[in-house]
Amino acid sequence: MASLQIIWSIFVKDLRVEWRNRETLASMCVFGLLIVFLFNFSFETAREETLRLLPAVLWVAIAFAGVLGFNRSFASERENSCIEGMTLAPVDPSMIFVGKMLANLLFLGIAEVVMVFAATLWFNFSFLPSLGELTLIAFFGTLGYAALGTIFGAIAANTRMREVMLTILQFPIAFWILMLSIDATSNAMRGDPGGNWAGGAARVAGISVVFTVASFLLFEYVLEE
Amino acid sequence: MDKKFPISLHFALTLAGLLVALYMIFLYAPEEMTMGEVQRIFYVHVSCAWPALLGFIIIFFSSIVYLWKRAQFADELAHATAEVGFIFCTCVLVTGPLWAKPAWGVWWAWDARLTLTFLLWLLYVAYLMLRSYMVNPGRAANLCAVVGIIGFVDVLIDYMAIRWWRTQHPQPVILGGPESGLDPRMLATLLVTVAVFTLLFFLLVRMRLRLAAMRRELSEIRHVLAFKMSED
Repeated sequence: MASLQIIWSIFVKDLRVEWRNRETLASMCVFGLLIVFLFNFSFETAREETLRLLPAVLWVAIAFAGVLGFNRSFASERENSCIEGMTLAPVDPSMIFVGKMLANLLFLGIAEVVMVFAATLWFNFSFLPSLGELTLIAFFGTLGYAALGTIFGAIAANTRMREVMLTILQFPIAFWILMLSIDATSNAMRGDPGGNWAGGAARVAGISVVFTVASFLLFEYVLEE
Repeated sequence: MDKKFPISLHFALTLAGLLVALYMIFLYAPEEMTMGEVQRIFYVHVSCAWPALLGFIIIFFSSIVYLWKRAQFADELAHATAEVGFIFCTCVLVTGPLWAKPAWGVWWAWDARLTLTFLLWLLYVAYLMLRSYMVNPGRAANLCAVVGIIGFVDVLIDYMAIRWWRTQHPQPVILGGPESGLDPRMLATLLVTVAVFTLLFFLLVRMRLRLAAMRRELSEIRHVLAFKMSED
C-alpha cells in the first residue's frame, strides 16, 4: 500500500470514530470555550489590555484543549486493544503517526476556530485585519504542538495516570512553540508595528518542523513491543 | 573501568577533593568586592550547573545507543544519569535564588539562564516520572529513550529560542563576566570546584549503575530460584 493511502485510511478512521461518538472534539471545544470565558470574565479588559492578554489567553486555551484531545487519541486505541491491530498491520509505524497527527491537527484546528470566534464576541476584538498572518502562525504552532502531542499521547498511554503524564511531558517540551506563537500572534494582532511577525512565524515554523520530524523518526520505537 | 579505577579510589579522591574545594571556597578565595561573602556560593552554583547539563547530554547519547544497539547498559546509564543530574539541577535552582536575592534584589528573574535551567529541571522531572509510572516496566527503556532524545532536541532549541525571546529585556549583569578580571585565586577555586563536582557526579552515577547491576542480578537469581522451586 502506498504511504499516502495508509496515512489517509488512519486519518479517515479517526474522523469516522469521532463522527460516531463526538467525544474528543466536543470536549476540546467546550473546554477551550470555558478557558476563554473564564479569562474574559475575570479580566474585563479594555482594548490595549486585550492586545496584551488575548494572545496568551488563546494559546493557553489551545494548549489545554489540545492536551485533552491528544489523551483521547491513543487512550481510546489502547482501551479497545486497537493498538495491537495497528502494530500488527504490515505498514510503516511512521505512517500511523502521520495519520493520527493529521487527525489531531484537524480537531485542534476546529477547536481553535471555535475559541477565536468566542474571543471575537467576548473580547470585542476583530481578527479580520490580520486573519492571514494569524492563520499561518496558528497552523505552524498547532502543527508542532500536535506532533509532540501525538507521540507523547502514545507514550503516556503506557503509564498510570496518563492524563498527568502527558501534560508533564508536553508542556516543558512544547514551551517554546507556545511562547513564540504568543509573541508572533501578539505582533500580528497589533498590526505589526515592528514588522517582525514574519520572523516570529518563521521561528515557530522552524521549531515545529524540527519537532515534527523528530517525532516522525522516533515513533516506530514507541509502538514497538 | 572497575579494575583500572576502582570505585573505592574514586570515592577517596572525591572526598579529598571536596575537602580541598571547601578550603579554597571559604579560606583561599578572596572576598568579592561588591557582594561580599555571599558571592562564595557562586563556586558551588556553577559547579552544579555544569554536571546538570552534562547529564542530559549523556542521556541523549545513551538513548541513541540504546535504540540503535539495544544495549541494556546504555539504558541503565541513562537512568542513573537522570537521577544524579536531577539532584545537581535541583542544587542549581536552590543555590541560584539564594545568591540572586542579595545580588540582584530579587529571588528570581526570567533571564536566559534561569529559564533554561528551569526547563532542564522540568525535563529531568518528566523523564524520571515517566520511568516510575510505567504500567509495563519492560517498555520503559524504549519510551524513555524516545523522551531522552526529544528532550535533548528541546534543550538545543532552548539555547536558540532564549535569544529570540523578548530580547529588549536587559540581561542582568553578573559582575561583567569572568573575562573582566576574575581574580586568579577565584579562577583557581572555580576550576578546582568544577573538577571535584564532576568527579562527584561520576561517582554517584557509578554507584547508581552498580545498584542497577545488583538489581538485575537479584531478579535473575529470583527467576532461577522460582524455576527450581516449581521443578521440586
